[in-house]
Amino acid sequence: MQFLNQAIEFKPLAEHAALTFAARVSTRELLAFCTAAHQAERRLIALWGSDERDRDAKFGYALHLAFDLAEGLVCLTLPLPTENPEFPDLALAFPAADRMQRTVRDLLGAAPQDGDQRPWLRHANWPADHYPLRRDTPDTRFATCNENYPFVRVEGDGVHEVAVGPIHAGIIEPGHFRFSVMGESVLRLEERLGWKHKGIERRFVGMALSDGARLAGRVSGDSTVAYAWAYSQAAEAISGTPPPPRALWLRALLLEHERVANHLGDLGYLGNDVALAFGLTQFMRLKEDWTRLNARLFGHRLLMDRIVPGGIAVDLDAQGAQAVIDHCHTLANEVRQLKKIYDEHAGLQDRFLSTGRITPQLAKRLGMIGLAGRASAQAWDLRCNHPCEPYDQLAPKMVIERNGDVAARALVRFAEISESLHLIHKIASDLPPGPIRSEFFSAADRRGFGWIEGWRGDVLVALETGTDGQIRRCHCHDPSWQNWPALEHAAIDNIVPDFPLINKSFNLSYAGQDL
Amino acid sequence: MNVYALLAQLLELVIALILAPILNGWVNQCRAWLQNRSAPPLLQTYYTLSKLLHKDVLLAHNASSLFRTAPYIIFSCMALAAAIVPTLSTDLIFSPAADAIALVGLFALTRVFIALAGMDVGTSFGSLGSRREMLIGFLAEPALLMVFFTASLISQSTSLSTIVETLAHSEFVIYPSLAFAGVAFTMVSLAENARVPIDNPTTHLELTMIHEAMVLEYSGRHLALIEWAANLKLFAYSCLGIALFFPFGIPETADPTALALAGVILILKLLAGGFMLALIETVSAKMRIFRAPEFLGTAFLLAVLAMLVHLLLETGQ
Repeated sequence: MQFLNQAIEFKPLAEHAALTFAARVSTRELLAFCTAAHQAERRLIALWGSDERDRDAKFGYALHLAFDLAEGLVCLTLPLPTENPEFPDLALAFPAADRMQRTVRDLLGAAPQDGDQRPWLRHANWPADHYPLRRDTPDTRFATCNENYPFVRVEGDGVHEVAVGPIHAGIIEPGHFRFSVMGESVLRLEERLGWKHKGIERRFVGMALSDGARLAGRVSGDSTVAYAWAYSQAAEAISGTPPPPRALWLRALLLEHERVANHLGDLGYLGNDVALAFGLTQFMRLKEDWTRLNARLFGHRLLMDRIVPGGIAVDLDAQGAQAVIDHCHTLANEVRQLKKIYDEHAGLQDRFLSTGRITPQLAKRLGMIGLAGRASAQAWDLRCNHPCEPYDQLAPKMVIERNGDVAARALVRFAEISESLHLIHKIASDLPPGPIRSEFFSAADRRGFGWIEGWRGDVLVALETGTDGQIRRCHCHDPSWQNWPALEHAAIDNIVPDFPLINKSFNLSYAGQDL
Repeated sequence: MNVYALLAQLLELVIALILAPILNGWVNQCRAWLQNRSAPPLLQTYYTLSKLLHKDVLLAHNASSLFRTAPYIIFSCMALAAAIVPTLSTDLIFSPAADAIALVGLFALTRVFIALAGMDVGTSFGSLGSRREMLIGFLAEPALLMVFFTASLISQSTSLSTIVETLAHSEFVIYPSLAFAGVAFTMVSLAENARVPIDNPTTHLELTMIHEAMVLEYSGRHLALIEWAANLKLFAYSCLGIALFFPFGIPETADPTALALAGVILILKLLAGGFMLALIETVSAKMRIFRAPEFLGTAFLLAVLAMLVHLLLETGQ
């Protein structure tokens, strides 16, 4: 099969929930495909590398790219030579590729030929020639070091730098933000992330296929359902055993539960960041009731480990389904009232409107995805664009805003809560009967992809098994990779004290992309 | 000078020192209730102060003596300010020495030291906070002076005791000018005490801080003194508001029964005032920092209007 008029023969991968294709390409073909994909306004989903020296002595490494084409998910694999593995810089066509390329270099030693050569995940805490994702790299401890990271300096009269983090005044995730400011106005913001790197991808190697779901569910705690589902999708594609329909419907129920919980929390914190603590306490109360409902019905507040390869760990009885439906009604009413308060609060709207704006053009150029993308008119939602079961029957409405400011991101959250509650209602009333788990076993030397719209955006899990049927390589991709660079643009021309609000309106994951 | 005046003065100072943290605790309690939260204890501020007093002081390597002495200066200034404002009696030994303008000067002196201390260590947040504090300060001070001038025009004196005596104990007159001045004073007080909508005393977002950013580097007893001074400032402003706009019940003499009665009335007024502050803070969002000039400009305008209203309507008597 061929796409975008490129002479690359793609092989459809069987047993995948969404249509998935894969191909091996040469550098020339890859560049041509990237150019075509860029022109056709397709999205780069993920970019990662793998060590293949045990399979191929000459081309010992591989670079993988996943694209979202209208036809489905497309994965290109570029073999890289064992000696001096290099690949072309793709950041010009896809700006989001920049940090992913640097990460491939830090973890695997395969470097982009040009473009940004600064480290990304490596903070001088391990030597530059130590590549954790190479199979022959031993587990070693290194002394902690302070790095001297070359931030881009803004020169000029009156320009100075404000450095924030990674340790903050409050208990929040670590990230370093370097502002170049003139008075209160931000001229440039540069992020330095990677403080939560903990070697998850290396940890995956050699795990049993069925065990990986637990680890995948801990990549980013607030998206545990999305990751566990994406991982299970990939694992089930490898196993060749689709889960029973009831399990899929329950997974969708959990995913929407997670979306609602996170949106509620974010809306509360958005209020808190403009000192409207009333909003925080109200939304936190709703979120707490919601997570308690999770604990009561599914046995875990954050729904960790509820989704397992082959199906789902807990069933929902008729009484439970009724409780979910009742709670949806109450919650929808309360959220509607709070939305009215937010909408009519002049002080709050004054802070939200036009703050941290990303125009649709810029969002498209940066390849923004997920919730933040939809607030800037990027109409991508996996549940609508590539619906897997049960979303193909539920037909969710996509929420789009055009303004791209904090207010737009808040509005998207409000609208998505109401849409999710609507979906939850439908799922809980139409749950198909039947078993909740099917048999699941591993298969040797196979690849599988899982692709799920989490609350932040699309989560991709690319999984590969070795000859022993254990995990050979597992790459988890968080939508934050695409949206963190957009945050740098959102801060420009805003004032410094507005940055926390802008940051919160994106609410990107640190843990999910530092891995 | 009689012995009662000395006693009243001392009593007033002691009461200010004791009540200031409780007033802060009361405001926090009201805020919590208004937000449907369970409230911290009324004496929470005391627990925090005692915790801080028991902790070691951590100083930056490059902290100068200014950084170390500033907390004591700030605390003393605020204690003095709280002593100048007539709360229990107008018969105070300090009242001939320090008038309203001296009080504004005291506040300004505090501001200068806290801003210098904020910049002393050289962290970006300290300078950020100091810069913003000066922006707020230079806009708030003229408005505060204008409020005092309105009251002074009514009583023909800048002495706070005389102002209170005129307003509280001469024949009952409704002053429209004081209504304008009252609104202006409330706005200035919110800004000066780092409350919502200008600043957020409970925030942990260092980039948005004003007052907190300046004192980020302080710890231990230094921080305790600064926190206590902030409480005293809130107390002094509350008492100023009471003295200027609700002075009824502040006695002219300083005999024990009058003092006791005045104390009860003062506490009731503070309870009401603290609740009003919590209410304002609960219903408003923090404004963008560049809206602060508009906010304080409005306060100044209202204060000037108050003077004009006084000159137009109230001078014929």
